[in-house]
Parts: sequence; structure tokens; C-alpha cells
Amino acid sequence: MKHLLSIDDVSADQVQEIFATAADMHDVQRREVKKLPALRGRTVINMFFEDSTRTRSSFEIAGKWLSADVINISAKGSSASKGESLRDTVLTVCAMGVDGLVIRHPASGAAQQVSEWVDAVVINAGDGMHEHPTQALLDAYTLQRRMGSLDGKHVAIIGDLTHSRVFRSNVLCLTKLGARVTVVAPPTLMPSGIGPWSKEAGFATSYDLDDVLPDADAVMMLRVQKERMSGGYFPSAREYTVGYGLTRDRLRLLRPDAPICHPGPMNRGLEIAADAADAAQSVVLEQVSSGLAVRMAVLYHLLAGEES
Amino acid sequence: MTDAADPRIVLDPGDIARALTRIAHEILERNKGADDLVLLGLHTRGVPLAHRIAERIRAVEGSGVDVGELDVTMYRDDLRKQPTRRAHKTVIPPGGIDDKIVVLVDDVLFSGRTIRAALDALADLGRPSAVRLAVLVDRGHRELPIRADHVGKNLPSARAERVSVRLAECDDLDEVTIS
Repeated sequence: MKHLLSIDDVSADQVQEIFATAADMHDVQRREVKKLPALRGRTVINMFFEDSTRTRSSFEIAGKWLSADVINISAKGSSASKGESLRDTVLTVCAMGVDGLVIRHPASGAAQQVSEWVDAVVINAGDGMHEHPTQALLDAYTLQRRMGSLDGKHVAIIGDLTHSRVFRSNVLCLTKLGARVTVVAPPTLMPSGIGPWSKEAGFATSYDLDDVLPDADAVMMLRVQKERMSGGYFPSAREYTVGYGLTRDRLRLLRPDAPICHPGPMNRGLEIAADAADAAQSVVLEQVSSGLAVRMAVLYHLLAGEES
Repeated sequence: MTDAADPRIVLDPGDIARALTRIAHEILERNKGADDLVLLGLHTRGVPLAHRIAERIRAVEGSGVDVGELDVTMYRDDLRKQPTRRAHKTVIPPGGIDDKIVVLVDDVLFSGRTIRAALDALADLGRPSAVRLAVLVDRGHRELPIRADHVGKNLPSARAERVSVRLAECDDLDEVTIS
């Protein structure tokens, strides 16, 4: 693989290879000198055309701990806000001699498009409502560390599926690793066309969270993405919480050892109650530290070896 | 299909065992005992060798010696020239390596580049009071000013020849061959 644009770019074996490297990287986080020289002399640019805290900072730290030079460019404060096209911005940056480009963009397919314009390695850090492959990798890595092999495990993904790139990447990644996936959402937030896709990809859909929870080995709560919602997808926040939030009452339906994931940022009280977010079985913070290790592994695998 | 040159056995299991016993004794003699010793095996075959030497030290001194594993993949100077290599685990004993006598253990000493990488890796992990090097085979052809303190066998070889170390832990038998 030259780029990481979609989970479809990686095989199950490659995913496990990334996880094995990530496990080594995890140890580096506990060291006094958090530095490996593997990417010395490489330059990685983080181009974020959408707001982000954890993805951007974790890519930045991951690159720096591997000794790459990391530069951040965000849409606000760059020439993009003066009306420069994405193509011109990307070509300008790459003309400076960049080896890796980490890109987040509100348009689905942006990373794919960019990879066709440049020679640099492109890593998709979220493109619109399409994919967010490193998030899926870190989620699966976190779960695998907790539960062992995901083969045959039942993972429920709950929430705003329509607007979620995390859900799309996660379905691809988890099924690739042999997990049984059920996605749960209110009918208004179930993506159109999910019927044929779920049949082809082999995952289940449901409108009834209370029915799915008791059988789940792990749950992933998704953020309700208010910024992408133009119309009325549900009557009120309260109504969403009653039907699809992981509330204190619902927590009792879940097995006490089933990990609870949330990609963050959390809307506490909306899709996830504080009781669930702070429960012993919540792995939200583990996801963050895993994210760093997985992103180091991805950068290492894509950028350390010989140039193809 | 057979190779043009048939592999010739240079060390058999008995030779390897004797060489490791001698290295263990040399390390103890040099260090005047097992105090503050940390043996770090270099992946892949340095790791079982370090464990074997540690066993012998335990047998002689009666007290244990710390053993760890060091992976130098990320520190190699030829990373960029090869397809991405899988890294292995680095395991440092709980006592750390600060102010310890670290003995790096590897199977073959050749160009010296692996040891250079290992010295860089050590510098990121702590500050040993001294670093020494024990190898099963020294085949010459150094490209850097590096030498071993303890050598199982000096094996003069041509640069193009291939020295293979097989160990029961990884390969089901003990032998060193040259071809």
C-alpha cells in the first residue's frame, strides 16, 4: 500500500502487522526519551480543512516521536481562506518537498483526489462522510487489546450513521477482522442504501438499541454531528437520548466487561451519559493513547521503507 | 535445487555450547561477578543467546542476572533502502540500564552497523556505566570502528560468503554454517 485512503487499502494481514508495530510503539510512550529515529529527515504535513483536536495532535505527536518534521496547516489562516483551490494548496505544499500528507477535508473523496495529484504518501484523516481509516484501526486495536482476537465477536455501532465516516471505516475494518457487526440508528439517521451494502458486507442493522445491547461484546457510540445536520433528523435531543443514548438504565443491559468506545468529542448527556463515559468498562481514554501508537505504526509503515 | 557451494558446518551444537560457556566465564571474570550486569539480546538470534549465557552465569554464580531484548529496526541506517521491516519488541529489565554494565549479545558481528544502531537505541533508553559486546561469531569485514569484547569464534570469511547461525529456539537445531 502506498497511501492509506480507505480501510479497503489494507488486508487483514496488514492490519495485524500495523497492530503489532503499534504494540511496540505503545512501549515508547512509557519511555523517558520518547523518540525513535525511523523517520529522520522525512517531512509530514498535516492539512486540516476541518476542526480537530485529537486526530491532528495525535498525528503531530506520532510524527515527532518518529523524528519526522511535522508541519500543521489548517484551513483557517492558510491561503485556502483566501480562495485558493485545494489542488493549488496541495501542489504548493508538495513543491516544498513533502514526503507525507495527512489530510482532513469536509468533502468525501478529497484524500483520494489529492493522492492523484501528488507523489507524496497521502493518509486520509477523515474525508467528509466517507472514511476515517486511522480511527477504525485504533478502535479495532483498542478492542483487540481488551478482548483478544475480534473473530466472531459481536460489536454494536450506535448513533448518527448517516454522517459518520467513523462508522463506515469501522464496519469495513471490523468485518475484515472477522467481527460480527450490528449498526443501530433511528430510521432518519440510517444511511440510504444501507440495505444492499449491509447484505454485501455482511453486517446487520437495527432500530432497537435495547434489543441489541444484551448480546454485544463491545459497543461503539458515535457522536451526533450537529454541524453536518441541516434538517430535522430527530424531534429533540431528549428524544434521541431516550431512544438511542447510552443512558444509565441502558448501561445495565450491557455486559459489565463489554468495552464502550467513543471516538470523541463526546456530547455527554446526548449520545452517552456520564455514567457510561466514565464507567470502568469505558475505553475512551485508551482509544486516545492507542490512537497515537496506531498512527505511529501507520506513519512508520508508509514512510520508513524504500521509496517505491 | 542445491546451492553452488554446499554449506559447511563451522560450529556444531557442542562447539556452540562450549563457546557460550566460555563467554559466560569471560563476562564474569571481566566484571568480577554478576553485580550490575544486564544482558541485552539483539533480535532475532541474540535473544536466545543472551538467555543461554544468563543460564550459565546463574549456574556459576548462583545468583540471577537481568536479561532483556533490544530491537534496533528503527535505528538502522538502511531503513530507507529496504521495504519496511517489521519491528520487534524491546524489553528492558525492570531495574533499567542506568549505571549498569550492559552486555549486548548478538549472533554474528559483520559490518558493525547493527551494533552502531544498538548503541543509539541504548542512548535513548538510559545511561549504562559501560557497554560491552558479546558475539557468537565474528566474521570480520567491519565498516565501522567497532569490536567485540567476547567472541565465540573468529571466522575469517569472504565478503560474499554467507554465515548462518541456527539456534534450537528459532530453527530447531544448533549450528553455524558458512556457504
